[in-house]
Order: sequence, then C-alpha cells, then structure tokens
Amino acid sequence: MSHDHPHRHPPQVDHPEPTSHYEWLGVALNDLLIETGLYTADELREKITEVEAVEPSTHGARVVARAWVDEDYRARLLTDANTAVEELGSDSAATDLTVLENTPRIHNVVVCTLCSCYPRTLLGRPPTWYKSGAYRSRLVREPRTVLSEFGTMLPDDVQVRVHDSTAELRYLVLPLRPYGTDGWTEERLAELVTRDSMIGVTTASTP
Amino acid sequence: MTAPEARENHPLPRFRVGDRVQIDARDEAQHHRVPAYAKGQIGTIAKVCGEHEEPERIAFGTQHALRRLYRVRLHQTDLWPGYDGLSADTLDIDIFDHWLRPA
Repeated sequence: MSHDHPHRHPPQVDHPEPTSHYEWLGVALNDLLIETGLYTADELREKITEVEAVEPSTHGARVVARAWVDEDYRARLLTDANTAVEELGSDSAATDLTVLENTPRIHNVVVCTLCSCYPRTLLGRPPTWYKSGAYRSRLVREPRTVLSEFGTMLPDDVQVRVHDSTAELRYLVLPLRPYGTDGWTEERLAELVTRDSMIGVTTASTP
Repeated sequence: MTAPEARENHPLPRFRVGDRVQIDARDEAQHHRVPAYAKGQIGTIAKVCGEHEEPERIAFGTQHALRRLYRVRLHQTDLWPGYDGLSADTLDIDIFDHWLRPA
C-alpha cells in the first residue's frame, strides 16, 4: 500500500481493532496478499459489501411451516432436504443440507466449533453470537446451560443432541409445532418459526 | 473450486450405521477439521454422508481428493468428565474416513 505513515487502516470502518495473536496474523496476511497484488483493497471491500447485503432469509420458516402441515412433505424433507427445499423455490444447491427433527423426547441444536458453518441459503447470515468463541466452545460442553441462557428450559426426559457442523454438511432444526395452532394456515405458522428455533437454541414461538 | 482430481476411497463405505469407530488422536500442524475435543473418542456411525473433498487438501491447494464422510455419534458423558446432563445426551460430528478406525 502507498501509505508511508505507520498506523493501520482497518479493513472496515466498523471493524474492531484486533486484540489477539491470530487476529493480528489474519490482518498481516491480508495486508501481504494486497501488497503482492493477489487482490486489491477495493475488491475486498466489494466482497464484504456483497456478503453483508444478503437479506435475512425467510426460506427456512416457509420450509418448516410446510413440514408442519404436510406429512408427506415432512417425510421428504427429512430424507432428502435439498430436493424438498428446492420444491419451495429456494436455492439450496450450494450445500448438502440435513434437517434435524425435534420430537417430544429429542431436542437438536447446531453449532460449528471450528468456524461458523451455517445454512445461509435458508437462514441468511449467522447471528454474531453464533460466531462467538463462547457459543462455539460452550454449546458442545454444557448445552443445557447454554440453552437455558436462551430461555429454553428442557424437561429432564428430553435428550439433547448437539450437532457440530465440522464438514461440508449444513444443518437446520425442524422445531416442534406449538400447541394451540390447529387449523392455522402455513403463512400464519411461518411467523412462529424464528431463526433461533431453526438453529435449535429455542423452541418455535407460541401463539 | 477445482474439480476433484483423485478418488482415494474404498469403493464401498468402510463403515455402516451402528458400527463402533474411534476418531484418530493424531496431531496435525496443518489445517484439518477434527476439533481437539473429538480426538481419540469412540462413538458409533449415525449416518454415511457421501463423498466430499478432503479439507486438508483444499486448504493447501494440492491435488484434491474425494473422501467418504461419516456422521459419528458420541456420548456427552464420554466427552466431558462431570457432564451435567442426561446420560442419553449425544453429540453428532462429521468426520472423514481417513480419521476413523474400527473400535
């Protein structure tokens, strides 16, 4: 870069100053790649803009609501999630998707301990807490405590199944349909399906 | 992403659902996708998840290879001494074939 003064310019204005060794390593590597001409600072900025422009997705909620009202669809979703998601006009081609069904006895919750793997085509960008070191390290070790901090108190006869998304697969939780929603339309049901309930840290909203 | 150039799998999956497996405890300085807490752990195959590109090779741009991927189910009480939950609580993790051996 053409600066001859010593201070650094952050890659984004809202980016906090690095504090750890590895954060600085990342910054140094980025600077070097720009200096060697592999990409320019403007190209990086354009990419950041592009990634951040992704709208919060409602596809996940539509998929869940359909599964709640249509038993056949639910079966297809659990055996071949990619095809079932595409049936609703959502593009899932980029990832190999698995849908995890909550039951009255099993509660599923998803984490990526190594980074922040997340079903973006269905849920949009991951929330900040999903990417935090605290969530990633604590959810695998003390899932019930973490769930309770999200307000999710599981009865003692409900088994917790944590899914660590370490490879190419992406996971979406199919939450339990809330009581008191008999006869509701798909559109109305979809409003109860929160992002957090599809990560598995909460249940679906109650009417 | 470059198309896979090599296939280093057995023609059929080495493991079936329900098989007991141990995750390799080897340490690797280079990028890999097995978190430390899972190394050396014994679990059962919950699903055979098809073939995917080996992450170690993707990271370093060397010749790509397809590897079979498995979902391995571990018990929380095996993972964490003093685990505060049900003995039935589990953790599923996706592990490539070359990190697994029969147990």
